[in-house]
Amino acid sequence: MIFVTVGAQMPFDRLIGTVDAWAGSRGRRDVFAQIGTTPLIPSHIEWTPSIDPDEYRERILAARVVVGHAGMGTIISALQAGKPVIVLPRLGALRETRNDHQVATARYWGEHASVTAAADERELVRQLDEIDALGSQPKITPRASDEMIEALRSFIAEPAKPSGLTGSPELA
Amino acid sequence: MPRRRTKRVLATSSGGGHWVQLLRLSDAFAGCDVVYATVSAGYRQDVPDARFHVIPDATRWDKLKLVRLLLRLIWVLVRERPDVVVTTGAAPGYLAVVLGRVLGARTVWIDSIANVEEMSMSGQRARSHADLWLTQWPHLAVPGGPSFAGAVL
Repeated sequence: MIFVTVGAQMPFDRLIGTVDAWAGSRGRRDVFAQIGTTPLIPSHIEWTPSIDPDEYRERILAARVVVGHAGMGTIISALQAGKPVIVLPRLGALRETRNDHQVATARYWGEHASVTAAADERELVRQLDEIDALGSQPKITPRASDEMIEALRSFIAEPAKPSGLTGSPELA
Repeated sequence: MPRRRTKRVLATSSGGGHWVQLLRLSDAFAGCDVVYATVSAGYRQDVPDARFHVIPDATRWDKLKLVRLLLRLIWVLVRERPDVVVTTGAAPGYLAVVLGRVLGARTVWIDSIANVEEMSMSGQRARSHADLWLTQWPHLAVPGGPSFAGAVL
């Protein structure tokens, strides 16, 4: 299956409309999409407005390829599961999110072997046409960089502040 | 004398990418008494060995939900009395850092790796409430903060 997800925050009709039209014109019957709460009714793909974390996990694991917005939840979840992922960034100018941070995310992660970033709908269609050539990828470790883990560990190990409600000793 | 031998850490975030990033920090909490607070009961099975609280989701646009979130976070913080609060955002993390600091915890803000070009709005607001104020992008680190100390990826 191809698992399409727009994330939990808001719909992304430009992505869903493009995938739906692509599936229709290519006769694909292997697409399942989580589309958010939107008036858009896809015609050619299976869909649901929202899914809970359990089903999200299962859909990612069962997917051959993930297609989504350029959200870090989508990208990290795909990378941790070893799935190739195609992302279309939400644009601030189209009010698809608050700013163009997903454009920067797509530009950066598009360099990763597991991630294909589409600039726009036409490019997305070209990439969807190549989707059967995408194979499974090495899973990334589910762990932050050593530098960050170490920084947090040493911060946590520091002594408590002298004042404050939890800073005072309690009687054993 | 220390109040308790092991440090208690409250790790908290909203859902989606914020939660996925928070989970990647769990090795940093090894040996701590870690408790998680996030916005969906469905995330509980990601951290089966830790205590877990569900908090309401909210954005800064919805004042009523923010109040509900605020009350619930106060309940969690008073009950758990964490030594350290760690968050990857967004609105719940901001409130947890503010309230945690008031209750004497030391606080860590880790801005989402999605914020490549500037700190998030909630991250900027968290600045004066975070003892450790981090970006995940070296080019955003400046003297006086935010600091860079690696990334979740």
